[in-house]
Amino acid sequence: MRSSLEALVVENLSKQFGGLRALDGVSFRVEAGERFAIIGPNGAGKTTLFQLLSGMLPPSSGRIFAFGKDITKLSAHRRAALGIGRTFQITNLFLNLTVLDNVLLALEASGLTRFNLLRPIYSYKDFLTRAENILNQWGIWDRRNFPVRSLSYGEQRQLEIILTLSQNRSLLLLDEPTCGLSPEEAKSFVSMIRAFSREFTILLIDHDMDVIFDIAEKVIVLHFGRVLAFGYPEEVKGNPQVQEIYMGRSNESS
Amino acid sequence: MKNPKLPIAIVIILAFLSTLPLFLPPYYTGLFSLMIIFGIFAMSLDILQGYTGLPSLGHAAFFGTSAYMVGILNVKIFKGCNFGVELITGILSAAVVASILGLIVLRSKEVYLLMILMASSMMLWGIAFKWRSLTGGDDGLPGISRPDLRPIHWDLGSTTHFYYFVLLFFIVAAVLMYLVVHSSFGHTLLGIRESETRMRSLGYNIWLQKYIAFIVSAVFAGLAGILIAYYNGFVSPAELHLVTSAEVLIMVILGGAGTLFGPAIGAGIIILIKNFVSGYTEHWMIILGAIYIFTVMFAPQGVYRLFRQFLQK
Repeated sequence: MRSSLEALVVENLSKQFGGLRALDGVSFRVEAGERFAIIGPNGAGKTTLFQLLSGMLPPSSGRIFAFGKDITKLSAHRRAALGIGRTFQITNLFLNLTVLDNVLLALEASGLTRFNLLRPIYSYKDFLTRAENILNQWGIWDRRNFPVRSLSYGEQRQLEIILTLSQNRSLLLLDEPTCGLSPEEAKSFVSMIRAFSREFTILLIDHDMDVIFDIAEKVIVLHFGRVLAFGYPEEVKGNPQVQEIYMGRSNESS
Repeated sequence: MKNPKLPIAIVIILAFLSTLPLFLPPYYTGLFSLMIIFGIFAMSLDILQGYTGLPSLGHAAFFGTSAYMVGILNVKIFKGCNFGVELITGILSAAVVASILGLIVLRSKEVYLLMILMASSMMLWGIAFKWRSLTGGDDGLPGISRPDLRPIHWDLGSTTHFYYFVLLFFIVAAVLMYLVVHSSFGHTLLGIRESETRMRSLGYNIWLQKYIAFIVSAVFAGLAGILIAYYNGFVSPAELHLVTSAEVLIMVILGGAGTLFGPAIGAGIIILIKNFVSGYTEHWMIILGAIYIFTVMFAPQGVYRLFRQFLQK
């Protein structure tokens, strides 16, 4: 029996791309409400892991459980419906649509309105109010009618997070959320995540060590597709292997 | 409506369309009927091409299937027109073809989808061409009679009356398609066009949304097919042919993919040019190719957007 206290259980997960083993027998557990970080140098398999967890790619072997349920074979949208939301490392937005339209698409994803062929999208007062609240909270309500294409990179990164947060998914996979944010923006992002209710479980990839150690309670280090180290941030920080492969290079601040 | 001049433009166009038989000779009224029928057809493709981002070189499959359904019922079974049955069966046949085809093809994308749809529609063309006992082979099915609305004083034998009949369907279809692309469902199609991976991770079963769009689009293409069968009075394999699919695709691109009304304008322009050049040359495909190249070079966004920019000045 698996405890429902575990938001995510990954067992022996592997992914083979032709001759490349991008992930090699990765296992870990994330408890509900935990802030969990995955670090590792470029090419370590972090984003591949997220692709497998969110259902964008099928694993070569291994199993994934979310909230006690085997989701290994579930499609991406079924996983989202179970409560898994993700952001993308490379900004993935609806570039030719407005900011408001982007948020409306996020809000519309659950429920049956998405099958309504005749009712105009802007007639849903409930969606519009929620979109207004979220965009006000992030201070970009006045930009709502701009196409996303015309926003600055930093604003697009914010929207990347807004879309995912607006859905109230209980397990959030954040793929380098602070990448491209200014130091101040990154700082306010960190304080926002820290203020998050424990109803949300957060799995985070980031290159910014300050962000990781400010947010994460547990850290795993991936290296060549394997788990190199696992533990509390301080333990991982002190691990000589980790220092050798990762910390030594963190000054480059990629 | 962001542009206040746009409703005025729509009123002017509607006024023009509804009074045009009064000042145009019957020949041109007939030509406008054809333009309007292809207008419905092109708008239906735009739901896929412009709004969902699914290109198709096989849209004639739905147009031709319903035209043949009307032809077979009209000529072989009723030996006359049973409009209600033909309308419903024609639209249903297009929807059924789309719902079967959609199960097979909608996993592919972009140019692969374009090609697989072309191949599928050419298979239907092959059936229509070979199954002589049912379809009349390349002779087609002549002698389709138009609906008999004389009890309500509407003689569809008259070019003018038939024009208003077609215009009525055009307006109903245009309003319905306008509602669809601006609906909450239509909004998800835009999301799919922009980013499928983001839609999936937001929780959309994008296959299902595409499948519904595919069937809805086929229903309107089927309506155009029904009207073309009555307009011509016969159906032939040409209605299912790649050339028809290519023409409607170019109508959408010329008019402006993703503008809904643009493709109807594109249809009008192409039909007009086709009618004009057919008096001088048999090589219509060369002209069509030239129009395509011209569009891509000088109006890649389509004439509708050029027109709108002009209005905003």
